[in-house]
Formats: sequence, C-alpha cells, structure tokens
Amino acid sequence: MAKAQPSLKAQSRRAGLARAVTIGLFVIFVVVPLYWVVITSIKPSSDYLTTPPVWFPAKPTIVHYTAALLSYRGLQGLINSLIIASAATVLSTLIGTMMAYSLARFNTGGQHLALWVLSQRFLPPVAIVLPIFLLFRTWGLYDTLTGLILAYTFMTLPLSVWMMFAYFKQLPKSLEEAAWVDGLSRWQTFWMVATPLAAPGVAAAAVFVFIAVWTEFFFALILTSRHAFTLPTIFRAFLGFQGAQYGEACALATTSLVPSIVLGMLVQRHLVRGLTLGAIRG
Amino acid sequence: MASVRIGSLHKSYGSVQAVRGVDLDIPDGEFTVLVGPSGCGKSTLLRTIAGLEDADAGEIEIGGEIVNHMRPRDRDVAMVFQDYALYPHMTVFGNISLSLRARRMPKQEIEERVRRVAGMLGVGPLLDRYPRQLSGGQRQRVAIGRAMVRNPRVFLFDEPLSNLDAQLRDEMRGEIKRLHQEVATTMIYVTHDQVEAMTLADRIVLLRDGRIEQQGAPLDLFERPATLFVAGFLGSPRMNFVKGTLERTAEGSRVKLSNGGPILAMPQEGVSGTGEGADVILGFRPEHVRRATGGAVPDGQARVESEIELVQPTGSRSYATFRLGGQPAIAELQTQDVSRAGERIEFDINLRRAVLFEAGTGVALPG
Repeated sequence: MAKAQPSLKAQSRRAGLARAVTIGLFVIFVVVPLYWVVITSIKPSSDYLTTPPVWFPAKPTIVHYTAALLSYRGLQGLINSLIIASAATVLSTLIGTMMAYSLARFNTGGQHLALWVLSQRFLPPVAIVLPIFLLFRTWGLYDTLTGLILAYTFMTLPLSVWMMFAYFKQLPKSLEEAAWVDGLSRWQTFWMVATPLAAPGVAAAAVFVFIAVWTEFFFALILTSRHAFTLPTIFRAFLGFQGAQYGEACALATTSLVPSIVLGMLVQRHLVRGLTLGAIRG
Repeated sequence: MASVRIGSLHKSYGSVQAVRGVDLDIPDGEFTVLVGPSGCGKSTLLRTIAGLEDADAGEIEIGGEIVNHMRPRDRDVAMVFQDYALYPHMTVFGNISLSLRARRMPKQEIEERVRRVAGMLGVGPLLDRYPRQLSGGQRQRVAIGRAMVRNPRVFLFDEPLSNLDAQLRDEMRGEIKRLHQEVATTMIYVTHDQVEAMTLADRIVLLRDGRIEQQGAPLDLFERPATLFVAGFLGSPRMNFVKGTLERTAEGSRVKLSNGGPILAMPQEGVSGTGEGADVILGFRPEHVRRATGGAVPDGQARVESEIELVQPTGSRSYATFRLGGQPAIAELQTQDVSRAGERIEFDINLRRAVLFEAGTGVALPG
C-alpha cells in the first residue's frame, strides 16, 4: 500500500495534466479564431496582416462597424435577419410542437410519418432551391421577408418536430390521462398540461431553429436580392474586386455573434435537459 | 352518484387478452375492490371504465347510460392514479381546481370548493405549494382532493397507496374508507394488496387472467373461497393446502392425507361433488390451528402430532411451520404456545372452517 500510494497519486496527476492539455488545446482551437475576429474588427487596416501579428491594436477603432453596418447595409441585413429568424422560430416551434404532440401521442400517420418528416432533412438544399425560386417568383414571394420566413419555417420543421417528438415521448402519459379524466379536452390538455411540461424541449428546439435560420446562407442567397437579404449574404461583398475587407467582415461577424450568445445564455438552464432528452430518446 | 354495469367486456393489447368477458354489476354507492395478481386485467378494466382505453367488445354503463363511445371528460368519473399524476407546474390549488377551471366555473365557486375539499383532506395550508414540495402522503391527499372537488358520479382508484410506506399506507387506507362513508359515492378501487381489499371493500372482485374468479363480500370470499386460487390469494399467511384422497364411510367423509399422513374425518354433512378415492386438496387457514391442550379432541377438529420445523415470531402471535403428510403447513399460535424449532407437539385443526378442493380443477367441493 505504501508503495502504491505515490504511484496512484502520480497517475492521477498525469491524468489531470492530460485533461488540462486536451481542454486547453480545444479552448485554443475555439477561442483563438474568435479572438482574432473580434480583435480584427477593431484594428486599423494597417494592422491586419503584419508579421508578427498585432495581438491588441494600439489604436482601436470602430470605423469598420460603421462601414459594415451603414455602407454595406449591414444594419438592414441585421434587422431583416432578426425579423426572419424570430418569425420562423415562432412559427416552426409552434407548428412543430403541435405536430410532435400529435405524432407522439396519437400515432398520427402510423409508423412512418415521423421518419418521413425527418427525411426532409436528408434532401440537399440544391435539390429544392430551384423549384422554390420559381414558385416564389410566380407567387410574388421572391425577395420578400414573408417568403424567406415561410421557406425557413418549413425547412426547420423537421428539426423542431423531432426534438419535440422525443421530448413528448418521454413525458409520463398519466398526467395527460389525469387531465382527460379531469374534464379537459384534448386541446386543453395540450395547452394546459403537455406544453408547459415540455417547456425545456420547446426552449431547446427554439434555440436550434433560431441558430439554423440565423446562419443560413444558401437559400437567402438564391431567394433574395435587394430587399429581404439577410446578414450572412452580406459577407459576399467583403470579398469583392477591391480585395478582402477584413475589418468590415470581422465587424459584421462579431455583430452576428451577439444574438446567438444572448439566446444561449437565456435558455441555458433548459437547454441541457432539452438536448439530452432529445439525444437519448426517439 | 351512479351505478356501474359492465357486460361481457373484452380488451386485448395485440395478442395479449387483458380482459376476457367480464360481467359486473356495481350498485350505486358501493365500494368495490378489484383485486388480483399483476397482469390479471384489473387496471385495464378500471382504465376502460374511465375511458382511457377503448373496449374491444362489451358494454359499460354508468348511471344506466352506455358510455362506451364517450370521451373520458364526458363520463363524469374521477380517477386517482398510482403515481398521483399531479401536474408539476401547477400549485396544489391549481391541481385541485383544474377540472373546475376547464368547466369555466365562476372563480368564487372554484375558490370555495377547493378550500372545502382541501380542508376535508387537511391540505388547506398547502394550497400555494408545488407538488415537488410535498411529501408522499400529502401528494396522495391532493390527488384525492382533485378527484373529490368535482363531485363525480364514480371514483376510480388505481393502486393509490402502493407508492407509500407501510405506516402511511395504513393511515391513508383508513382515510379512504372514511371518505367513502362521508360522500357515499360509488367507488371502484384497484389493488394487488389483499389487506387493502379486505379492509376497504363492500365487495371484492377477484380477477385472474382477465376473468372474474369470484366476487362477493370480503368475509364470504375469505370463508368460502370458490377455488384454490381465491383461497390462496386472500389471507396472510396464506391458507395451508395439503393433498389427500377422499374416503366415504358410514359416518361421513374422511380425507386420507398423502404419504401415509393421518386420516382426517370431515365434520361437514357429506361432502358432495366427487366420489370415493378422488384426489382432493384440504385447505385450512393458519389461524384455525391451535396447540392441543390435552383431553378430548373438540368436536369438528382433528388432532395431529408433528415436529415444528421453523418458528417465526411476530409479537403476539408466532407462525410455526410443521408437516402434515409430508407437506409443509403453517400454524398461527399464541407466542407462549410454541418454544422452539425441533419440538414435537400436538395440534388441533378446526376442520369446520376448512375447505376441500378437487385436486384437478381447484374448485371447492360443496359441503
């Protein structure tokens, strides 16, 4: 025993060191690019590509922000993105919750409907973007906020349906049965009992939908031009014939990080539970 | 308040037949206990009455009205679930009042009703708490309160006490019985616990494999079980069963126990239903065995001598295991009557209270 103890201690110290190194490397991998983006957004242009790199600019500036938001219409893109992402999140979560409840509790569509819903995610976007583009042009939805909101709602439905489906599946059925016997209609049971219990799942689904829409580029690129353009599509402009506008690009990237971070912090408490259940079940 | 009638009810889950042809008449105001081992179909039967399961065939009538195709909410029954099924996101007040709010009852009346019921059940001070802040017994009371507040026509209980510890279970059992005396509403109660069944029921319905094995007043089932199954299910420790063969003599019937065991003369006026030499099983309850005090054998009793193999004291009484015709049996004796294992003593078995069963079918012989 006397001999084993130091070796055990040494072992746990080695394990601790290995853990620290692994986590450290991972943090560097994630944080350094972020740091570079944020710092570049406040660097004067002369500091962009120097050797050695400038880790913190001597004279920070907000000129790239004003340029990105105003000259490159970043502000308009930001507002559009906020409207589109919020509306699509509300719609997708609302419809998705109802669909998921129906699938989970009433076996709607038999065995296969739930999987069919999910299978929509397997479709490569290129396969459907052209038909949607043509339809939208005919219906007057091309380059409108409404058009993009609709497209994103349907695109993210499989995600919200599946997350909520897994969540409803693991809720004990006896609570809803108690509500039925208590005299609630199916609809009342859904709103007054099932949905409040599924709140963590709803929150997690909403965050995922929001982030999926917030970062979507391809559909926004094809389905919008001068009016309904979203934040991600603006980045094209920074890699134009004038060369790369690093400062402006980074300023806009930093701006676009904010809603995701705020949202993540708001629902963090619900997120873990909502996600793990979704991951284990279904 | 209403009577409940069930006619030829069938319910299957896939290839499993949970309820097969149950007929049951429950008069208004009766406390009926559905009892049986797990998987006997008792919970399915209850859930079908509540409308949570659809019957495959047969009829369910509540208050003279066929309810097969009614939704649970329209049947006007209340149910208490095994896991309480309290809404975790609502306070006690919210839980008890939900059914009234769903019916859009005026606020003031809801308030009055909830407070009255909460007062009756002693949860008045807990109305602002959430279920997670309550003890098991308190949750159970809230669940009962939620059922009571509506004045339903029928109360359904699905093993409501099985999640409680022994002491609380005894207490709540008493409360449920008291509640029935106060509200006198028809109650149907499912349990696998024969003590609950015996103590609560006006009538016990004993189910086995989806069929009614026997129904009747608790003491009727206890004293006159129709089958071996019923005899073995009710009573703790359970009834002793020893094999033997029936002999008929001029004086009456006798049972010759197997393995060269003693011959016991049955006091019943001629056991009918089966003939000489038939294989039978003699059933007698542990509490109907006493230590012989010497002197003449009392009328209707049989005296046997055996060695005590095992003694299990419970306090006032002790369970002594002995052998009769090579088969184990238990006697419930006064603690001072039995000292230790290995002792040979004489027992008097009260055969007037014993029951004879046909060995093949397990059906009690009339006699």
